[in-house]
Amino acid sequence: MRHEPDSTGTLRPALVATAVSLLMFGLAYPAAVVMVGRAAFPAQARGSLIERDGRAIGSDLVGQRFEGNGYLTGRPSAVGYDPAAVAGSNLAPSHPALREAVAARARAIADREIGAPTRLPVDALTASGAGIDPHISPAYAELQVARIALARGIAPQQVREVIARHTRMPTLGVLGQPRVHVLGVNLALDDSRVHDESPAP
Amino acid sequence: MTELLLVLATTAVGGALLSRHLVAVFDESRFRADELHRRVEAPLYRLLGVAPGVPMDWRGYFGALLLFNLLLGALAWLVFMTQAWLPLNPDRVPNLSWDLALHTAVSFMTNTNQQHYSGQAQLSHLSQTFAIVTLQFVTPASGMAAAVAMLRGLRGGFQWAGAPAPQPGRLGHFHVDLVRSLTRVFLPLALLLSLVLVWQGVPATYAPATQVTTLEAAAPQAIPLGPVAPMVAIKQLGTNGGGWYGPNSATPLENPTPLSNALQTMAILLLPVAMAFAAGPLLRRPRVTALIVGVMALTSAGLVALGVHAELQPNAAAVAYTDGPNMEGKEQRFGAVASALWGTLTTQTSNGSVNAMHDSFNPLGGMTALVGMFVNAVWGGVGVGLIGFVVYLLVTVFLAGLMVGRTPELFGRKLDLPTIQGLAVLVVLPPAVILVLSAVALWHPALAGTSNPGFHGIAQVVYEYTSAFANNGSGFEGLGDNTPWWNLSCVLALLLGRYVPIAIPLYIAGRLSAQRGAPETAASLRIDTPLFAATLIGVIALLTLLTFLPALMLGPIGEALALAAAR
Repeated sequence: MRHEPDSTGTLRPALVATAVSLLMFGLAYPAAVVMVGRAAFPAQARGSLIERDGRAIGSDLVGQRFEGNGYLTGRPSAVGYDPAAVAGSNLAPSHPALREAVAARARAIADREIGAPTRLPVDALTASGAGIDPHISPAYAELQVARIALARGIAPQQVREVIARHTRMPTLGVLGQPRVHVLGVNLALDDSRVHDESPAP
Repeated sequence: MTELLLVLATTAVGGALLSRHLVAVFDESRFRADELHRRVEAPLYRLLGVAPGVPMDWRGYFGALLLFNLLLGALAWLVFMTQAWLPLNPDRVPNLSWDLALHTAVSFMTNTNQQHYSGQAQLSHLSQTFAIVTLQFVTPASGMAAAVAMLRGLRGGFQWAGAPAPQPGRLGHFHVDLVRSLTRVFLPLALLLSLVLVWQGVPATYAPATQVTTLEAAAPQAIPLGPVAPMVAIKQLGTNGGGWYGPNSATPLENPTPLSNALQTMAILLLPVAMAFAAGPLLRRPRVTALIVGVMALTSAGLVALGVHAELQPNAAAVAYTDGPNMEGKEQRFGAVASALWGTLTTQTSNGSVNAMHDSFNPLGGMTALVGMFVNAVWGGVGVGLIGFVVYLLVTVFLAGLMVGRTPELFGRKLDLPTIQGLAVLVVLPPAVILVLSAVALWHPALAGTSNPGFHGIAQVVYEYTSAFANNGSGFEGLGDNTPWWNLSCVLALLLGRYVPIAIPLYIAGRLSAQRGAPETAASLRIDTPLFAATLIGVIALLTLLTFLPALMLGPIGEALALAAAR
């Protein structure tokens, strides 16, 4: 068999290809996307941060832990909504610990919410994939309306209106699920307390 | 369900259209000195010091591929071990241990992207881009090049336009195929998808983690950021799978919206489908496309149906309180169907990215993912999937030849003894690696590090080695896998699972192309018939079940039966 007549052997192409790939795909490509991305979509490129009075109070894409009775609560999280430690529970359906965790969540909801039904929305009982799910189902939001209204001393209908404004239906009618943005609702609830009747952002 | 059909149909159409571009990129008789060639590719060839006009034999081709991969892998290993002292480390992450760095480097070098670390906390921006994104481009391009070389061998060898006959034993020039796939396929697609993902909310910045106070202010958050979008685009397109954040595309920052999710799902499948459509024209036998795409699509649809059905069932741990589907480890914006669709596609394609935690899938959902990796050629990884499929096809040709008592041959070329021996090695290798390593790990519970008791613990171990060998990268992530045992034993599985299934088919392709092809006659075995397709599906199913059914019984099937018995 006749081999490549290339006198520099096979090492040079490999070395040069390595160097060129690193420059091109390891440095130039991500830098180009960052430059164009920041110019075209500045808010998204920086993490979709939400600011109040000049300081970042959260990200549109990162759920937060809410414990106060006046706030909508998000889904269970395996990492306490710590975005630096994102993870799911990784518990199998056969794991006794998952059974216990779900039972404890069901009890907590029955104790806390006013008039909770016996069959609960599944997202209220299960930990999300990354532990920072910003959304809950409309059913789980509805479940919390009476408690939030009581804690804030407002009519349940006012809470429902805020929730409705922060509810997204499936994209183009088919992609994804209906979902309520928890942080958006809570921000709007707080805002409406300060500035009465002002529309949510 | 409309979403599922929409995503699959769009990808099928997109893949069919893109395949025409792939044929133009890789069929040497259609190479043209266009603007891109004159301005970029030709100067690159000169810089590389290669003679693009001289095609390589299988040894030269595989050697060039391996050497290039090894150099980049070694460099990545060094970067991971020294990242604390290198630039682009705004969050001051420390170095990786040598064994974790080795596993990570080999994992990305083999197009696997199995991760025993959490990217947002343990890797610097330099490690994520300079080391990982580079490998995420060149490894699928290497796989694509190898597939094209194999196809050229099956049709008799490399043949320039106007040449009277193909050059026997010559498969093409690795660096030419590599460069063309990078400049003409991966780079344009990745740039486009990255920007769409930034629009949808995936970060693109070199800023460090951002501190936010949060509304209740009890627990401030540090939100890790970085050039996430460029990585996510190529990890989806190149059947890579390794993401920026630990939970991959389940993380809202990596996959913010249902639209980004649909696009990323399509990106998983796009190039493997396009390669399947391109195979017939590249073989100069267009009718073969129907066989390849037909068999792949049928197998794929069956697994998708099973996986989606499994995840629509309630989680056994929650069924006492809710009527919903299994949402443990899944995100509200996607739901069970889109998560199960991703989970089955990512394992059919050797991608391995996830948008839900597979460890929390229902037993049969997890099994669907496992089976996809056992077959590893339902669509398969970019390039290597097609190579794996051709191996199944050759085995079927051999068996069909035995059945009718004729010398097995494909396209007028005989499958001789060394070819059959090579195929035998490829059939025996997966169980030898996956099952033996699993048995050793399970024998010593201190090694296994499983987080689940019972059947599921066994499934965690089998899944990890299967994922490594199949170069998939997904995992049952509850497994405590950052230990020297897991890192080093997976390195072995990764290397064997990547390079042997590329080397042997290239060797076979080289052998076949060196034969003078006899004209195909009416007595030749026809492979473009429904009968042959059915035989091929039968062979794939039989080989998979014979080798892995016992492991499935001890894992997901056992778990499913135990849960059913407990109700």
